[in-house]
Amino acid sequence: MYVAVKGGERAIDNAHAWLAQERRGDTSVPELSVAQIREQMTLAVNRVMAEGSLYDPDLASLAIKQARGDIIEAIFLIRAYRTTLPRFGGSEPIDTGDMQCDRRVSATFKDAPGGQILGPTFDYTHRLLDFKLAADGEAGDVTLAEPQTAAMPHIMSFLGRENLIQPEHAGQAVPDDLTRTPLELPASRALRLQSLTRGDEGFLLGMAYSTQRGYARNHAFVAELRIGAVAVEMDIPELGFAIEIGEITVTECETVNQFQGSKTQPPQFTRGYGLVFGMTERKAISMALVDRALRWEELGEDNLGAPAQDEEFVLYHCDNIQATGFLEHIKLPHYVDFQSELELIRKLRREVQSNMCKEAAE
Amino acid sequence: MNMMSDPNASRKDWLGLLAKAPAADVAHYWAELAMAPDYTILRNPEIGGVMVRGRAGAVGAPFNLGEMTVARASVKLSDGTVGHGYVQGRSKDHALTAALVDALMQTDEADRIGANLLTPLRTAREERMATRAAKAAATKVDFFTMLRGED
Repeated sequence: MYVAVKGGERAIDNAHAWLAQERRGDTSVPELSVAQIREQMTLAVNRVMAEGSLYDPDLASLAIKQARGDIIEAIFLIRAYRTTLPRFGGSEPIDTGDMQCDRRVSATFKDAPGGQILGPTFDYTHRLLDFKLAADGEAGDVTLAEPQTAAMPHIMSFLGRENLIQPEHAGQAVPDDLTRTPLELPASRALRLQSLTRGDEGFLLGMAYSTQRGYARNHAFVAELRIGAVAVEMDIPELGFAIEIGEITVTECETVNQFQGSKTQPPQFTRGYGLVFGMTERKAISMALVDRALRWEELGEDNLGAPAQDEEFVLYHCDNIQATGFLEHIKLPHYVDFQSELELIRKLRREVQSNMCKEAAE
Repeated sequence: MNMMSDPNASRKDWLGLLAKAPAADVAHYWAELAMAPDYTILRNPEIGGVMVRGRAGAVGAPFNLGEMTVARASVKLSDGTVGHGYVQGRSKDHALTAALVDALMQTDEADRIGANLLTPLRTAREERMATRAAKAAATKVDFFTMLRGED
């Protein structure tokens, strides 16, 4: 039996009002400003921009505040806002070789031209809670050194000179866009990379880790990890030429992986690639490992049946907004669906019970 | 960028500078100029998104990295000069000022605006970049050999 019901409006309004109060917390504690989140919760802001797929630190900070620090909820808010923006166009591909690097390390060449620049990293910290921060968050002075003026070429270009690394091929000038056409399989590498760069960090970390542990074993060296600012250029039709329309911080990870070759083809290393908005190192490395694992077919490798090699599995499950939308909808009213299940189970039980009665009587 | 061969080099330069400058700085120097040019709006200031692209393996096929917010506007001065502004972020005032500056930079006002708006923006930007580069340089690793195993 089905009865249409309406109601809950008052309950919903009251729930939202309470939510706002809980968000604010104890009013004797000063309220958090959006600017404070932007300046002091930078890595959370970066994650929201990367997975929200919209570079705007102020909006990402607002979303974090509104979401009470629930990062996936904040990403949801950004994704929803993104859809309201008219699209002015697509940029020229950013030139990461021209990056002003805050950080640049190579795990393959100690003496890489340009050097190893650690940047503001958590690496080498002891991971001990710093109780000084609880009392007073003022930072001390920072040492300055003569800025480098020399170019910082991509490490891969050195391997490329000796043909030791598999070359990258130029693809179509306007890549397929996930936000315009639904994902279809098999996906081009451009679509895979777009999907991975906005994918859930935790999911990709787990997938990447699985390749390290032996699922689609694919030992990766981080040839280079660089973080810094790059200019974004776009062609402006009314001007008739391209101009810089802004500057963004990105993290780029290039991996060198096991080589392949044949009797007629000298062996070459292969590569995986990660590029993510913001300072998002763990995500960029994960992306590079998963990108490499997904390339098994084009590189002529065997399908080992590993989850990270399965593009349908990875691409259809890496989006945390799709995932959370489907997952969380099951908590919303399903009274009608469940009513029919109830009817069914009662009917089946009646049948079995009457059969049992008959058998007992016989 | 070769300044000698590109006829649009200087315009590209100021448009890029305006796009990347903080909206508050642009507003500040523009207000100090106290100019009230006569203009009509060709395109109302509006906020939109630009799909930023990267390249697979840094040098290969383009792919869509994600969008960024951009504001834009276009104006026409009373003498017919057209200016366009495309700036990062969501400030319509920033876009409108950039469009006005772009137009005025093509007129006799260019020197005044260059000296009092573009130069301070450029100086501030260069200082910010130099400070970051100096901090990065201080974190450069100097390797030294502690022990060689082959002896």
